[in-house]
Amino acid sequence: MIQQLIFGIVTGSIIALGAIGLSMIYDILDLVNFAHGDFMTLGAYLTFLFNVSLNLNLILAAALGIILTGVISLILDKIMWKKLRDKGAGSITLLITAIGLALVIRNLIVFQWGGSNVGFDLPLSQNLNFHGIMISTSGVLTVVVAALLMIALDLILRKTKIGKAMRALSDNKNLARITGINVDNIILWTWGIGTSFAAVGGVLYGLNTVIRPDMGWFLLLPIFAAVILGGIGNPYGAMVGGLIIGISQEMSTIILPSSYKIAVSFVILILVMLIKPEGIFGEK
Amino acid sequence: MKDNNVLEAKNLVAGYTDLDILNGVSIELKEDEIVSIIGPNGAGKSTLLKSIFGILKPRKGKVIFKNEDITGLKPNKIVKKGMSYVPQDKNTFPSLSVRENLEMGAFIKEDGTKEKINEILTKFPDLKEKENQKVSKLSGGQRQMVAMGRAMMLDPDALLLDEPSAGLAPNLVDEVFQKIEKINKTGTPILVVEQNARKILSISERGYVLEMGENRLEGKGKELLNNEEVEKLYLGG
Repeated sequence: MIQQLIFGIVTGSIIALGAIGLSMIYDILDLVNFAHGDFMTLGAYLTFLFNVSLNLNLILAAALGIILTGVISLILDKIMWKKLRDKGAGSITLLITAIGLALVIRNLIVFQWGGSNVGFDLPLSQNLNFHGIMISTSGVLTVVVAALLMIALDLILRKTKIGKAMRALSDNKNLARITGINVDNIILWTWGIGTSFAAVGGVLYGLNTVIRPDMGWFLLLPIFAAVILGGIGNPYGAMVGGLIIGISQEMSTIILPSSYKIAVSFVILILVMLIKPEGIFGEK
Repeated sequence: MKDNNVLEAKNLVAGYTDLDILNGVSIELKEDEIVSIIGPNGAGKSTLLKSIFGILKPRKGKVIFKNEDITGLKPNKIVKKGMSYVPQDKNTFPSLSVRENLEMGAFIKEDGTKEKINEILTKFPDLKEKENQKVSKLSGGQRQMVAMGRAMMLDPDALLLDEPSAGLAPNLVDEVFQKIEKINKTGTPILVVEQNARKILSISERGYVLEMGENRLEGKGKELLNNEEVEKLYLGG
């Protein structure tokens, strides 16, 4: 039972890292970013590229892979999303564009690296064993990294001008614009933070399991559940929602076959929709 | 020689879809003035402010601010020229604290924000007590103060207010009007749209009466207050 809880916290940390960005991007850009999971995959594969193909040490490779994923999202905003925004594209247009982008990223990955599983070049490490409870080094690393990033995000949102402007933008876009807040600039920050968090989540997922082209797509479903559970647009809700979904999925394996894990997040999703559609932290 | 106009709208024509709401409105705002715009619902009062501030793009006419043609500039550019605008509703960031709202008002400034926030909080003592509270927890009157405080963060050369008394209890209305006078006394020209014609005219140097998107009457605030036609139409006899 405690073993499942630990697995759950590890999975939940990864889901939360994805959920934060999805939630912020939805809130600030009105975009349901179906490509978000594929940015997680991209982060993992770019890290794999630097780590295995170019033989860099894993930490350096991960840093490069994560930053590059963030930069790609900034370029995509410049060449694609901003143009759609300026044309006044509706949410359906944006949604379908995001689905298209997801397919493009995934298929480019398959094209470049093939469809089969790959893994990082990891130093062998023993699982830590506390009185029969096993936890892997990568599991510990996952939880620590996720916790540090969440603390960092909290500080950014509360203490920095950019972070406060993000919250202002999520409150009232029109007022933000007439106040003189540089909306395009804040949107770029949102992409940068949201996507690089997703990439970190992807790399951590790759550390704990394997890297495959559809990993992000399958992570996207529990991520959606986490975002809705936590209240759409609330990054703190996304963190908590991610952990709850992760823990529920892993705990469910005590009584259910593990192939039903994903179904568990959907059951939670449906229950939230029925009972408290604004999410646990939602105010609207 | 040019007179001391800070802001001038000349023959503005503007509207939302195919329909023109403004059919050629002209107004002037001079240094140190409070100028009010009154008129019945649908006269185009708010549309006029939106067209001046670039939220609506005028179809015809000109907006001159500090001797510069700013017609058709976007609001984020107009803010940088030194004009601030307080919309009628949704004019604060509710999940941000009072202090953070003010800070956002100075987003385009690099420094001096802290000093300015403290200066504004001294002018609005009610807000000082609540500076770290979320604006959503404040009363309507206090929210209006936050909105005006935010607009004052840049020391604007002209301040546009859209119905600052809308939805406020009568005692709060007086308070808001006092603040408007106080802000004006410190040297900020204010162009204000109001439903509460009697109150706003009594503190305005000049006023304009709009009707059907056109200038109907204009004059000194006191004169308009005593004008029979205005009295009959807008001051409730």
